[in-house]
Order: sequence, then C-alpha cells, then structure tokens
Amino acid sequence: MDYLQSIDWGLMLRCFIVGGLICIIGQLLLDKTKLTSARILVIFVTTGVLLGGLGIYQYLIDFAGCGATVPLFGFGANLAKGAIEAVETQGLLGAFIGGVKAASGGIAAAIFFGYIASLLAKPKIKKQ
Amino acid sequence: MNPIETPKEYNKYVEAKAPKSPILKDCFNAFWVGGLICSIGQFILEFCLYKGLDQTSASTIVSICLVAISALLTALNIFNKLGKFAGAGTLVPITGFANSIVSPAIEYKSEGYIMGVGAKMFTVAGPVLVFGISASVIVGIIACFFV
Amino acid sequence: MKKLGNQTLKLDYPPTILNTASIVGPKESESPLAQYFDKCLDDEFWGEKTWEKAETKIFKETVNTLFAKSGLSAKDIDYSFAGDLLNQCISSNFGMRDSNIPFFGLFGACSTFVESLCIGSVFMDSLACNNVLCATSSHFCSAEKQFRFPLELGNQRTPTSQWTVTGAGAAILSKKGLGPYITHITPGIITDLGIKDANNMGAAMAPAALSTILSHFEDTGRTAEYYDAIITGDLGHLGKSILIDLAKTKGINLSENYEDCGVLMFDKNKQDTHSGGSGCACIATVFSGYLYKLMKQGHLNKLLLIATGALMNSTTSQQGESIPGIAHAISIEMSKE
Repeated sequence: MDYLQSIDWGLMLRCFIVGGLICIIGQLLLDKTKLTSARILVIFVTTGVLLGGLGIYQYLIDFAGCGATVPLFGFGANLAKGAIEAVETQGLLGAFIGGVKAASGGIAAAIFFGYIASLLAKPKIKKQ
Repeated sequence: MNPIETPKEYNKYVEAKAPKSPILKDCFNAFWVGGLICSIGQFILEFCLYKGLDQTSASTIVSICLVAISALLTALNIFNKLGKFAGAGTLVPITGFANSIVSPAIEYKSEGYIMGVGAKMFTVAGPVLVFGISASVIVGIIACFFV
Repeated sequence: MKKLGNQTLKLDYPPTILNTASIVGPKESESPLAQYFDKCLDDEFWGEKTWEKAETKIFKETVNTLFAKSGLSAKDIDYSFAGDLLNQCISSNFGMRDSNIPFFGLFGACSTFVESLCIGSVFMDSLACNNVLCATSSHFCSAEKQFRFPLELGNQRTPTSQWTVTGAGAAILSKKGLGPYITHITPGIITDLGIKDANNMGAAMAPAALSTILSHFEDTGRTAEYYDAIITGDLGHLGKSILIDLAKTKGINLSENYEDCGVLMFDKNKQDTHSGGSGCACIATVFSGYLYKLMKQGHLNKLLLIATGALMNSTTSQQGESIPGIAHAISIEMSKE
C-alpha cells in the first residue's frame, strides 16, 4: 500500500495525455499519408534522436515520464542521450558505444522474446 | 463527369472517390490505448523506483516489460486485433517495435530457424535500428566537437 | 477461329465448360455465396504445416473434386493451364506435380483464371484436344506474407484495401457437351493510369477492365444490353463504382447488369473486408461455384466474364513504380450462335 501512496497521480495523468497525444501524431500520419508503419517508426525514432540530441526531449521526459519515454521518440532520445553521455567520458569512441548501450535492454528483449515466441507460436489468420 | 485520359486526372478522381479512414475514431482509439500503454509503463517505473532502483535501470526494466508483454500478445494472436483497433496507439509506443520484430519471427518460422526466424526477424523493424543507431552515432560525433 | 477487330477471337468450335469445382477457406465459408462452393474449409492450414503447402493442397483437391464431379480422370485431360499469385506460380506447379498432365503455368495475377480459359479454348478450337483443364488458386495468408506484412503485425488495413480470397476454382473445357460455350475471347492490353497505392488495386485495374470491355464491344459489335450479366473479377466496391463511372464517360451504361466477384464474395458490413475480395481465386471460385450453376440452371444465358489483374510485385512498389493493370474477357453463352 505504501507503493500506491507513493505514486504521483498528477504525473500519471500527464503521462497518459502526452503518450496519447504522441500516438495521435502517428495516427494522423497513418491516415493522412500513404506511409507504411515501418516508415512511421523510422520517422519517430530519428525525430527522437534529433530532439534528444538537441536536449529538448529531456524537458518532455521530466514533464510526462513514461508518456515521453515509452513512445519511439523516447527510444530515439535515449539513443542520442546515451551517445552524448558516452562521448563525455570516452570521447569519439563513445559516439559508437553509447547509443546502443543505452537502448540495449529494449533491443535485446525484443530479439530474445521474438525468438522465444517463434518457438512457441504458430502464425494465425486475423479473424476479423 | 468529364472523360478521364491522363494519370493526373485519374489519380485526382480516385483520390476524391476513395473512402476515407475514420480519422476521429482512429485518433480517439490511438489516444486512449497509447496513453494507457504509457501509463502502464509509468506504473512499472514507479514500482521500480519505489523498490530503490535508479532511474536508468527502472526505465530499462519498463522497456523490457512492455516488450515482453507485446511478444506474448503477438504470440497469442491478440496483438494484431489490438493493433487493428488502436492503430498508432500500439504502433508508436515500444510495443509496436516489439511486435514488428516478433511478428516476422513467427511468420517465417516455416523457412527454418536460421534463414526464417533469424534472418527475417528484422524485415519490418530493421530500418528503425539502422536509422536510429546511425543517427545516434552522428549525434555522438557532433557532440564530440562541442565537448 | 477468326479474328474480329483488333483483339477479339471468335471461336469456330466453341468448347463446352463441361464442369467446374471450387474449394474455399474459412472466411469464404461465411460468404453470402458459401452454399454454392463444393467444399468450405474450417482451417486455413487444412492440416498442412505452411501456407504454401495449404494452398497447394487446396489447388490439388479442387482438381480432384472436378475429376470426381465430371467422371473424368487425369488421362482424359490433354493439356492443363493453371496459375496463382505466389512467386514462380508454385501452388499450381506443386499442385499439378503428380498429375501426369501436360502443363502450362500462367501468370496474369488475378486475371489468370480467364487467361487460362482463353488459352484453353484456343487449344480446343484446334479440334486436336478432347478436354483441357483450367485452374487457379490463391490464399490470403500466403499472399499477405509475400506481398504485404506478417499476419501477426498489428497494422490497420486501409479502407480501399481488398481481402485475398482463400480457395481454388477449376473448370474442364470439353469438345462434347451442351454448353455453356465459350464463344469469344478478348485478351486485354496492359493499361496503367498511374495508380501507385498497392492498397488500392480496384482503382489500378478498373481502366484495364474498361479498355477490354470497349474493345470487346467494338470488335464484336455487341452492346452491354446483349449480355444478361457482365461480371468483373476483383475490382471490389471502389473499382466497381469507378468502372461504372468510366464506362459512362464512354457512353456505356453498366449500372443495369454489371457485378463484380469481389463484391459478391463477401458481406462488406459483416465480414470487414473493406473494398471486397481479390486474388486469383476470387473470380475462379465465384464463377466455378456460383455463376456456372446459374448458367446451367438457365438463369443466365449470355455472360461476359472479365478477370482483372494487377501486374506488379512488392519490389516494383518499393521502387515507386505505378501499377499496370490487365483484363481478359470471354463471352460464355448457352447457345453457340
């Protein structure tokens, strides 16, 4: 119960709204343009890297928490943040190490669980 | 109606004639499902922080948890129904990235584990890694000159 | 046989469509036409391990069903003409692998069924053959895998997209028989009006259908009123209304007796198939299952059957090419004259 009391519900609300608004941007791109989902993911991740590199995205993360980090903007911003931080300690080498290192948890999880899923699951038709 | 002879005229005519996506409904669904996914992430994050983890580890655990949930829902044939309903609401959060890795892995299982699962896993999500990682290296190199 | 005008061949010895067979998948078993098909499957895999094997089995079993229905066997068939949507037409190649029938593999995308009937009837017109076999298949899952995305990907289908029909249709053309006869064939020319959206096949193919219909009418001197029904392959709801519009600009009224197999195949509101059915099996199953029976029962006497195809693949789409369309027409009539 202590945990539930520790939750910042204001932050939770901001997280919900910001996360939802970012998804609306994606939905407008899907419906208004002929872009495929792969292209939209690329647009989001590179925009995230750019915003993260410029240091702008951190303000949104401070404001909305996971509402900013969970969308792919956050994945991109995290790559950029990792690269910049590593450069500060390791110089040019950090540019190559830092980004992937910061995002490695998500990438490795996707690959690992993807492999496990392929062992267990069988492709199925969309029933709708 | 005027006769249509050129591709330009035809494309214009088809554009006007084609049924449109229900944007308001799509955006509403994308908003609340996307917001909910982020909130689930925030819930996990706060729990990790409460347990005494630092911010970076907690964020990574959020990513791993959401990826694992997406992989499970994809394997259970639920994610595609969710994605059809929510559109960008499931695509834009990291769940969409996970789904785009897991779904070809399952689909191409029939071509074996090496050339099927292993090689085809990145057919949809590969570009995200290529452009995301390349961009981060560029950002790092630029940062080098300013540090 | 005689050539009329630029594109049409009038057959001297119109072959009879001796019999037809059709097998469809689970979604099609909820179709408004479900009762007309020979067999409705309840599993897309049909006991096989992969989509490709499943499609091959559907193809093979449709041909076997046709043999059983017509009382013929493989040795009575002189030549076979078949095709499908998968790379190098593997479903029909593998489906015919053990048949011992001389085989021509055809690719005309979704127009392949009528393409096979065209070439088959020209072979029949030589009087050297007694029976030829024409068949095509498609499978929603194998087509999605090859042309679009993995089935488990959580994407939304656009309102203009169409649903590839799972199934196969087959017909035997015979020297002997009492009809329906294939009297004229009008092979189409490739028509491209610059549509690039691979999720809007109906719009990409409608101009090709128009071109073939115009040529057919010009070559034969017939009009839309001559036919009891004019049926296109898989233009879907959008393509159908585009074709009606385009025909109007050329002074042809299609609103009376025109239908599309992609529209007939699914119940748009209940089955969430957006613009309708598509694929080689769309016209093949609707003709073999439904239209052929209407002709045999005397409800239709003169039918103009036009199969439409989009001649692209995923590489050309990615390279930004527009989608060329094609349409082949045959006129099928209960009397030879």
